[in-house]
Amino acid sequence: MADFWRRYRRNRAAVFGLVVIILIIIMALTASLFYPNDPFRLMGKPLSGPLTNGFLLGSDSLGRDVASGIVHGAKTSLLIGFVATIVSVFIGIFFGAFAGYFGGRVDDSLMRVTEIFQTIPSFIFAILLVAIMKPSIGSIVIAIAVVSWPGVARLVRGEFLALKNREFVQACHTLGMSDFRIMLREILPNCLSPIIVVGSLMVATAILIESGLAFLGLGDPNIMSWGFLIGAGRTMLRSAWWVCTFPGVAILITVLAINLIGEGLNDALNPRLKERQ
Amino acid sequence: MTQKLLSINDLSILLPIGADRQYAVQDIGVELHAGETVCVVGESGSGKSLTARAVMGLLPAPHVRVDRGEIIFGDEDITKVSYERLRGLRGSEISMIFQEPMTALNPVMTIGDQIDEIFRYHVSMSAKERAKKALSLLVDVNLPDPAKIIDAYPHELSGGQRQRSMIAMALALGPKILIADEPTTALDVTTQAQILQLIKDMQKRLDTGVLFITHDFGVVADIADRVVVMQDGKIVETGTTKQVLQTPSHPYTKSLIAAIPRLKPRKARSRAAEVVLKTEGVCKSFGGGNSFFGLGRANREVKAVQNVQIELRRGETLGVVGESGSGKSTLARCVIRLIDSDEGKLQLGDVDITKLSRNELRPHRKRVQMVFQDPFASLNPRIRVGDIISQGPILQGVDQEDASKRTYELLDIVGLDRRSFERFPHEFSGGQRQRIGIARALSLKPDILVADEPVSALDVSIQAQILELLDDIRAQMDLSMLFITHDLRVAAQVCDYVAVMQSGKIVEMGPTAELFANPKDAYTQSLLAAIPGKDWHFSEFKT
Repeated sequence: MADFWRRYRRNRAAVFGLVVIILIIIMALTASLFYPNDPFRLMGKPLSGPLTNGFLLGSDSLGRDVASGIVHGAKTSLLIGFVATIVSVFIGIFFGAFAGYFGGRVDDSLMRVTEIFQTIPSFIFAILLVAIMKPSIGSIVIAIAVVSWPGVARLVRGEFLALKNREFVQACHTLGMSDFRIMLREILPNCLSPIIVVGSLMVATAILIESGLAFLGLGDPNIMSWGFLIGAGRTMLRSAWWVCTFPGVAILITVLAINLIGEGLNDALNPRLKERQ
Repeated sequence: MTQKLLSINDLSILLPIGADRQYAVQDIGVELHAGETVCVVGESGSGKSLTARAVMGLLPAPHVRVDRGEIIFGDEDITKVSYERLRGLRGSEISMIFQEPMTALNPVMTIGDQIDEIFRYHVSMSAKERAKKALSLLVDVNLPDPAKIIDAYPHELSGGQRQRSMIAMALALGPKILIADEPTTALDVTTQAQILQLIKDMQKRLDTGVLFITHDFGVVADIADRVVVMQDGKIVETGTTKQVLQTPSHPYTKSLIAAIPRLKPRKARSRAAEVVLKTEGVCKSFGGGNSFFGLGRANREVKAVQNVQIELRRGETLGVVGESGSGKSTLARCVIRLIDSDEGKLQLGDVDITKLSRNELRPHRKRVQMVFQDPFASLNPRIRVGDIISQGPILQGVDQEDASKRTYELLDIVGLDRRSFERFPHEFSGGQRQRIGIARALSLKPDILVADEPVSALDVSIQAQILELLDDIRAQMDLSMLFITHDLRVAAQVCDYVAVMQSGKIVEMGPTAELFANPKDAYTQSLLAAIPGKDWHFSEFKT
């Protein structure tokens, strides 16, 4: 662990990304301390600019506080990003592990299913799913997970294919170990590193998809999110620039930070890069 | 005295901070004359390859660099010349051949184009002349059908043909020095003999000085004029081949030479009556299947094992020898049922295990265990050594405490510290890992040990220790062993019986001493004739 942190720390940008994400998480957790009111509540004069009428980042066309929306929206974005990623990583590992380990017909069938999902443009597919299921946090998480697991499945399948013929796995066969145990205890721990790296980058993508959905009005109508704020301000982009800009910057910073972390994890976990030391 | 080509004086090469020692090589001096072969011998990590690379200016800078000393070629110091000059020297004056010709050749260029490149960059010749020169080079290295090979891609050639093409490229411009970094290690023994002969012939014709890096004293005996022995980056002994091999002065050289497996078959012992393993007509083919639910083109079928009959009795060691692709590893995996054979019968003691399903087989698994070739790939890097060894018994229903106790005993038996229990595989050296692998195989108290090239990835001194350990264990536990190897010297040392395999078939089988003294099959004869250093009588030492 100490060794891991030493290698992670070498990538300055990754440390910066981690600090930023921790700050955003703290912001999301303490949202109600700074802005105890519901972010949907009307707080004052509509379309006030930043630093006027008591608004830090201005207000939107109905007089809702943009700063409050960003702070409360962080919770939604991060929550959906992480939960959707965890769900899709699990689906991906399940499909990939079985396909890679058993090969043959199992592999053929599972991979054809995966390809069906991969051929549909992911964002349009997500829109379709949310539209069918009625917008809510749950349906958004499901939609994002459903469109993003094939990548993980492909990756895990490749790792399993490579590892299942390694001698230590064969040794387990000769000891009489069951297939399930070999997959779970012997092979899976050896392909965790790439999964973690891909997973961390998927959080960023999930946040972007969620924002996109909310922008199109397919977000949960009762929950404040960054995409919703941008969607609400888009018609007034020229007259009230702050309504769109600040949530956009929030998304930008968050996604950037997560990508930096992903890269840092890649450096720290990928043994092939150790030579660069 | 012939012309001096190269002299390395007091050369030290610095390793990056944090490596296990400060210098890769330290204060070494080597001289090379025209028409002479100097062998640099040493075990892995002795710095012999880095020495060769330093001469080519190929050190992996900036991490590894020359700290002090000089490499004098002609009247220049290679460590100080400009990059441009170095490029001019490489290929035309000094050239190099590598261990693995597949990775040293560009896979997307034909052999002819790759030879052509050398001429294009170094001399001005018309395209026609270049093509003619390239063809004549391929003829010189005795490639069959050079007109066809000139248009072939590397993957279309065999390992020996690739190495011949590499040699043709290396000698294209008639360099004064040829550096050969373990050029025959990846090749089969008969191919190795041919390549060594080729290097010798070319050297005689072109009067080249050859700096030959190797770990194999057999090769040294065959090819070297002078020998440089390296240990941990220092030269411990230099001298003529005769001096070093027959009257070595340094204890390290003595121990290395003592560890060379002798081509002296062990004495036959009386055979036990109990047959522990018997195969009848085992066949296994690969490919021939098809992909995508039966659609698409069928793959080419390779018959890896054809109609193999073997019989293993209690307490004896049966060696299966053969070159790469002979099907010996496939046979081992069929016997242990890691892969299922297509036809034939496998009998384990009095149980026929051919038709058992995976679940029915599980209780019988413990009777046959396997020791693998690669000590780095055969241990799960994420699991502690203690768990690696004890998980077998636990799976077979032994409780945790007894399994741990047994593991400690096994660590003693294979000569490892009991504290190894808590450590991870990466903390051990190759030889120690192989001991862990053996302990794992023994943890289920098997009747039969299948050893698939258990020492071919190890240095010669470690190799001798592991072979000794295996033999001790076999005697102690009354084990039978199926020993797969490509090295006839190793087979001679450990096996009671030897089966020679060629393209999937056993061509000859018999007691080791008999088979070595009087081989009947032509293939066995050619294998025996190709053993490096067979004409050399390494003197025996007590160390």
